[in-house]
Amino acid sequence: MPAYLDHAATTPLTGAALTAMTRELARTGNPSSLHGSGRRARRSVEDARETIAASFGAHPSEVIFTSGGTESDNLAVKGLYWSRVAEEPSRRRILCSAVEHHAVLDTVEWLERHEGAAVTWLPVDSEGVVDLAVLEAELSRDPGSVALVTVMWANNEVGTIQPVRRIVDLAHKAGVPVHSDAVQAFGSLPVDFKESGLDAMSISGHKIGGPVGVGALLLGRSVKLTPVQHGGGQERDVRSGTLDTASIAAFAAAAEAVAKARAGEAERIASLRDRLVDGVRERVPEAILRGAPGEARLPGNAHFTFPGCEGDSLLFLLDLAGIESSTGSACTAGVPRPSHVLLAMGLDEETARGAQRFSLGHTSTEADVDALLAALPEAYARARQAGMAGHESSIQTAGTVARQALHGN
Amino acid sequence: MSGGVDSAVAAARAVEAGHDVVGVHLALSRMPGTLRTGSRGCCTIEDSRDAWRACDVLGIPYYVWDFSERFKEDVVQDFIDEYAAGRTPNPCMRCNERIKFAALLEKAIALGFDAVCTGHYAKVIEDADGNRELHRAADWAKDQSYVLGVLTHEQLKHSMFPLADTPSKAEVRAEAERRGLSVANKPDSHDICFIPDGDTAGWLAEKIEMTTGDIVDESGAKVGEHPGANAFTVGQRRGLKLGTPAADGKPRFVLEIRPKENKVVVGPEALLAIDEIRGIKVSWAGLPISEVETGAEFNCHAQVRAHGDPVPARAWMESAPDGAAGSHLVVRLEAPLRGVAPGQTVVLYQGSRVLGQATIDAARSLQRAAL
Repeated sequence: MPAYLDHAATTPLTGAALTAMTRELARTGNPSSLHGSGRRARRSVEDARETIAASFGAHPSEVIFTSGGTESDNLAVKGLYWSRVAEEPSRRRILCSAVEHHAVLDTVEWLERHEGAAVTWLPVDSEGVVDLAVLEAELSRDPGSVALVTVMWANNEVGTIQPVRRIVDLAHKAGVPVHSDAVQAFGSLPVDFKESGLDAMSISGHKIGGPVGVGALLLGRSVKLTPVQHGGGQERDVRSGTLDTASIAAFAAAAEAVAKARAGEAERIASLRDRLVDGVRERVPEAILRGAPGEARLPGNAHFTFPGCEGDSLLFLLDLAGIESSTGSACTAGVPRPSHVLLAMGLDEETARGAQRFSLGHTSTEADVDALLAALPEAYARARQAGMAGHESSIQTAGTVARQALHGN
Repeated sequence: MSGGVDSAVAAARAVEAGHDVVGVHLALSRMPGTLRTGSRGCCTIEDSRDAWRACDVLGIPYYVWDFSERFKEDVVQDFIDEYAAGRTPNPCMRCNERIKFAALLEKAIALGFDAVCTGHYAKVIEDADGNRELHRAADWAKDQSYVLGVLTHEQLKHSMFPLADTPSKAEVRAEAERRGLSVANKPDSHDICFIPDGDTAGWLAEKIEMTTGDIVDESGAKVGEHPGANAFTVGQRRGLKLGTPAADGKPRFVLEIRPKENKVVVGPEALLAIDEIRGIKVSWAGLPISEVETGAEFNCHAQVRAHGDPVPARAWMESAPDGAAGSHLVVRLEAPLRGVAPGQTVVLYQGSRVLGQATIDAARSLQRAAL
């Protein structure tokens, strides 16, 4: 069994979720149907809605089921922008952190290119925390022109937690709604939708032990949203489409388990994480921990840059040694690009290319951490050698032969 | 792995032979979408997905390695520079020399690999002392030893070509089908991967400043004008738009491009026949044969294009005059070759064995020299 250190990408399905899912998959019934089978399915969906609402401090009517984090982000950002512009055409500014997940980042860029949005990217400090002074200044500069603020709860790459409550206070003072992508945060931090004051918050099933393909947007009851997906009018007429009873039930089962065990699990995982961070620093002193320290980062996140090597070389060598990690950011074309998060934190491209994220979750053990620590020094040494390769070729080629002949050696 | 059928089958055979194989797709541009669309090139997102899918089926890891900077510098810019200097380069060879079997190989070795395995049709043979020789593939019609002729002994020591003995391409496609590789019927790639629509002249016109100049005949008399000398290739007949017809009324061909004077020289077909080639940047595929050291003449076959017919020749190494460092290759062709342009590569063979290669610096027509 490999040591799985990529829980931020996806974490194993919990037993409770698997049970709920298989139970529901074996049954028939569209929750929108009025007959017995439909009623039974509807009962499962509404039970799940209540469970999820209770787990994360929301009212059941504030839970809008979606296909996952990306859809929730799209729905929140586009939906809020369109509805705010429809009410008041001059509200075209979007204030967005520079370290958002691509689901928010690319959505905002799309609105800028195609829908006339004016975007202000909120800068972050070297630990990845949004600069509140800039937010405040941007909000006070013509507050009537701001459509929305969107800042993630915790960063998926470096694990830095954002001051969401203070962001909401500043924005609401200016009369501006706030969305937050809480996909990485809601399984391991005390995330309470009501207490946060957020207008919209994205969550996703598979990050907490539920299935892939289901998520939710928690949306304040008074918040108006223009729908993105039209159809049968399910989910408050905001998100049409037949509800996926099995996935929703499984999501709720996972959410309930996570909410119950959260405090203890967060502590257990944080101490594993600290063991990992200390161990990496001891064995590879050149490695630099990125993101905020201690309490200010996600308990399961450890993110380093390793000087002189490329992240995907290190990933490959660790994979060979049975350790599964991530460079922190993915690209559809597969061309490794330096992370926009690290660049926003002030790193240069070369340093950013040496990124490696290790993320822990509910199945993580000390043995996983120790396996990484055992394999890392050799993998790093080799990756570093490979990182140097290609700068000055040491392989004899026709070109080097010709040059040697010319210089007579 | 380009995403094509050859590299997929080569990988499958390497896996089956018991090697530890990892699929690597070369990212030769940071923006793959801006290169070819469709399935003919080597750099599209679709090709990357095809290579990835083949790796999935073979159960091996897949990585994209970004060599776009090196590719831009060593292959694309070199291609532009060569054309700007009036020469005709072969970018695939340059890529083999500097990217696939250099930058990529070096990274692979550093990561603990022993060799780069590709879907080229060519054969590496090891003698009793462990020295490597490069040979033509079993199927001479598909043989790609020409574009690998630039590999040095060290590069050959880390090269593996599992398609060497395949009787035909059809066989490779059938094998891909049998192995469940979805690229079995994917069309072959053609042309130059970084030129989106195959329009080399149009692409070059955007990169090289073209100025109008004279077209002259073999005697130096002006017979027309051209929009830019660099867009022409030796042997070209079409598109000359000559105002003055030849005395004998026969068609004329591009004999030579003189970038410094911005002139294009045209003449009758007979003057295209090249009898002697002078080659620089000489390299040997494996250990050089003994005549190379002694400067003695040796019999061989010379080939100047990827799929051109080899012609019998005698060749020797000649030292630079006046004791200057370096030496060059002289190839006297026993049957003349048509349309040989400076910048092209001449690859020398003995039987199926590739001896080595040189970049053509000068191509001489005895008939023209006698004028």
